[in-house]
Amino acid sequence: MSSRIGAAQKGLYNLTVMWTFFHKLGSPPWLYGIAGAIVRWLLPLTILALLVGAAWGLLFTSPDFRQGNSYRIIYIHVPSAVVALAGYYVMAIAGAVSLIWRMKMADVAMKAAAPVGAALTFIALFTGALWGKPTWGTWWEWDARITSMLILLFLYLGVVALYEAFDNKEAAGRACAILSLVGMVNIPIIYKSVDWWYSLHQPASIKFSGESAIDSSMLYPLLLMIGAFYALFTCCLLMNMRAELLQRESRTAWVRRLVKPDGPR
Amino acid sequence: MYFDSVQAALSMDGHGSFVWVAYFVTLLIISAVLLLPGLRRRRLLRQVATELARQESGYATREGPR
Amino acid sequence: MHPVRKQRLILVLFLVLFSSVAAGLVTYALRGNINLFFPPAEVAAGGAPVGQSIRVGGMVLEDSVQRNQDSLEVTFVLTDYEAQVPVVYAGILPDLFGEGQGAVAAGKLDENGVLQATEVLAKHDENYMPPEVAEALEKSGYDKKGQTR
Repeated sequence: MSSRIGAAQKGLYNLTVMWTFFHKLGSPPWLYGIAGAIVRWLLPLTILALLVGAAWGLLFTSPDFRQGNSYRIIYIHVPSAVVALAGYYVMAIAGAVSLIWRMKMADVAMKAAAPVGAALTFIALFTGALWGKPTWGTWWEWDARITSMLILLFLYLGVVALYEAFDNKEAAGRACAILSLVGMVNIPIIYKSVDWWYSLHQPASIKFSGESAIDSSMLYPLLLMIGAFYALFTCCLLMNMRAELLQRESRTAWVRRLVKPDGPR
Repeated sequence: MYFDSVQAALSMDGHGSFVWVAYFVTLLIISAVLLLPGLRRRRLLRQVATELARQESGYATREGPR
Repeated sequence: MHPVRKQRLILVLFLVLFSSVAAGLVTYALRGNINLFFPPAEVAAGGAPVGQSIRVGGMVLEDSVQRNQDSLEVTFVLTDYEAQVPVVYAGILPDLFGEGQGAVAAGKLDENGVLQATEVLAKHDENYMPPEVAEALEKSGYDKKGQTR
């Protein structure tokens, strides 16, 4: 009986912790501080993982039995594409939260995710072109996978541009959230494009169920790079959010104290 | 290490230019997305600092708030 | 949930739902155009237009590649193991082009059902492995596609 009361108390305690966490998420100085603390240890790890993964893939793995050394582009092409897609979910979900709950921090997160996602999508397209030339024999083909990925780049750039186009930033946030939610239909299309239609692009090599179609000696550096790109996205997202918070809150007391700790309140 | 020499690693049996350009451009873009937010944040902090300094000197010369 | 927020949530869900349905209808209407190439079976069934620029994709049939000694002209047969399309092409083939490998040829079908190609692209699969592994697999009786198939 006493254990049941204990469990109930614990549940109540957890609920309180969660509530304070969500409450704090809405507090700009807390978010600014915690984001800075996370970046301070995550960023060096990210850079280390990127360097190790790139050197591993470039210099230490064996070449592919058919493609030779050109396949080494996989170690940046696949991670950037995977995280560009995942980043879109972050942006669209943040947009939905800011639409429904009018949470300012979600709007900050949505705006911060767009340029990072655009950069990653561009990397995926650019490295894909460089990989396509020696293997397929063409830089670019209007294939379903490549075209839907180009649409993803335009969606990311569209959110960046739309935000700048509005003078009223609240309206800008709402318009961007709607654009990113509508654009969300593109994500499953990108994933499934190689299965639904005849395309030049090959299907995915890493499978969640069953054996992957890539040898384990090549899979491990690839997984490391995918992890590193996720961490890279997180770092860039948090750093962009910090800059955005400063800009929006530049007239508040906490930013003034940040600049001049002993200044007037 | 898979390659025997620096030359072999650079040429990669003729695919070197594709692979190295891909990695180099990726490095440039990653450096940009990592550096730009920090620069923007520092610029904003400086702006707030100048604003504060201007207000303070304004208080000092005019003796009291406007 | 607060009724206003609930209303907004429903609005957001409808937004996603309707845009998905719209995108689904558009892709369904364009399904033929989204395919990059025709498989040989569809060409054999008369699904591909004659005299228009099309692409045909499939596997290059073993022992079908014949190179002209005097020119760059090459002929080969594309197959999906149901039907076959002969291809004539004059030009440089990509490195990965080979018998038993995937390829996409772009050009026009003539009245004999031969594809007069102006461009040939290699299509590779999703399998990656070191050469030693591929050799070992072949020795042990698996095909080069690996154990997954």
